[in-house]
Amino acid sequence: MRSPLAAVRSVPRRTWVRYRFVALFLTPIMALYIYLRILPTAQAFLMSFYKWELIKPAEKFLGLENYANLLKDNNFRQAFFNTTVFAVVTTIISVLLAMVLAAVLARYVRGRLGGFLELLYFAPVLVPMVPVTLGWREIFNYNHGVLNAALGVFGIAKQPWLSDPTMALAAVVILSVWKQVGYNMIILLVGMRAIPIIFHEAASVDGASAWQQFRKITMPLLAPVTLFVVVITTISAYNVFTQVYVLASDVQGAPGKLVRVLVYDIFENGFRFFKMGYAASEAVYLFMIIMVLTIIQFRFLRGSQS
Amino acid sequence: MTQVRRHRRPLKDRILYGVVVLLLLAGGLIMIFPIFWLFSTSLRLAPELNVVPPHLLPDHWTLANFEKAFTKAPLLGYMWNSIVFATVSTVFILLTSTVAGYIFAKFKFPGNNALFMLVLATAIVPFEIYMVPLFLQMKTLGLIDKPLGLFLPFLVMSYGIFFMRQNTQTSVPDELLDAARIDGMGEARIMLLMVPRLLAPAMSALAILAFIQAWTAFIWPLLILNNPKSFPMELGLSQFANSFSVDFGLVSAAAVVAMAPTLIAFLFLRRRIVDGITLTGLKG
Repeated sequence: MRSPLAAVRSVPRRTWVRYRFVALFLTPIMALYIYLRILPTAQAFLMSFYKWELIKPAEKFLGLENYANLLKDNNFRQAFFNTTVFAVVTTIISVLLAMVLAAVLARYVRGRLGGFLELLYFAPVLVPMVPVTLGWREIFNYNHGVLNAALGVFGIAKQPWLSDPTMALAAVVILSVWKQVGYNMIILLVGMRAIPIIFHEAASVDGASAWQQFRKITMPLLAPVTLFVVVITTISAYNVFTQVYVLASDVQGAPGKLVRVLVYDIFENGFRFFKMGYAASEAVYLFMIIMVLTIIQFRFLRGSQS
Repeated sequence: MTQVRRHRRPLKDRILYGVVVLLLLAGGLIMIFPIFWLFSTSLRLAPELNVVPPHLLPDHWTLANFEKAFTKAPLLGYMWNSIVFATVSTVFILLTSTVAGYIFAKFKFPGNNALFMLVLATAIVPFEIYMVPLFLQMKTLGLIDKPLGLFLPFLVMSYGIFFMRQNTQTSVPDELLDAARIDGMGEARIMLLMVPRLLAPAMSALAILAFIQAWTAFIWPLLILNNPKSFPMELGLSQFANSFSVDFGLVSAAAVVAMAPTLIAFLFLRRRIVDGITLTGLKG
């Protein structure tokens, strides 16, 4: 049995030089990282068990009371419901559309025309959220909006896109699908192009139709990429805030009030009512949803690899 | 060869191809319509804005909305704030991610795995989860409404560290590092002068991701800043749109100004941006 000191001495000098290097460069970065990421994350969990206000930190230990109260809180329930509907619908529509686009682009349209089309569909991904939301706000306008004018052509009555809560949720979904679909399409396209062409050629020789090839070759081989796209779309949808804040003002013009979503509710509890412990427990609920989604992704990905 | 194949294509396939392309083009036009519509709206004045059904292009083109937008709000100031914010954030994220990623990938030291697992575990925690305690930390430091308070959380990126570690493993060979050591290069010089050349493609992809992340940041600036003078573009524009919500031409003009840098960057760097986004996206 060697003494610890002997163990330290047995480390060669060159290794010490490297340790010193690692300590010198990694320590400041990890210190910053721990202060800006780990500490606030841990603190969020801690705060969630307290009555904690802006000027009265850790006022009273509540245990799980915040969590229990949230379940009875109508605003939270509304926010949870809206966000879930938003996340599920946005994910389904944007992934299905992206899948169709990617399949058609990968199979039929190549070369310059294909590249140009990719660009058109990808453009919304890059344009910042606030200006395009303002563009959509005009499109959704009740009186002179293009959308209601277009619906009128088909004999459909004008819809109150920005004043009725349900219609406003639909409006946020439309805008978000528009913004997301190009990203999902590009990721799926990369996945499809990674499938060796020889699989399709062999299937063609055997007389498989395009649809059969899509069902039997593309879909199974693309499953991990599809799952990835589904999970990240759902996670980002659960964190929705900016477009709702800009688009869904209530009658008094209070931003984001018309369609209450989880992040908005956290924002309101924490920074308007200064119930920061309460807001933290709400954030923990949001975290649990995201955690479950991430675990699902890891489970399935591991399953598909074995 | 291709010519021969094209002639052999049956008529049915060619019609199908035509229909598919037309549908895709129509869809593509719908995709860029909201962007086009902002431009179109920004170039017309009040009576025309309320015409039902709206005309696709203005009857009378005018730049009056733009003149007014620049006098009503410090749009160029917002733009400058965004440029500074995104640049500072990108430079720091590149530096911290590359150094940490490289060290995690290439150095054995006690705690390497534990520290990296810590980074990996927090990488899935979205900003919205810890923004309340983070705000309180900034308050303790007296950084509310200060540019530093805005910048601080954007100096490190969990995913960036993970991404650079992975890229170091695949594109920085140990033999090269050892050869440099034998030549007498110090560890710091190897890391700061040699390694970045090997990691350039990954670094440029990460830079694009980091820049876009800061450029489009919304909720953190909204929480931490009160003084409109220090607002970045996204926040400044949203407040502007809230105060002039009925003047559609004016709001559209401001939105066009806000979009302009992104559209210009996209025109010149589109392949690089798309590749960068897919590269950073797929490895998540």
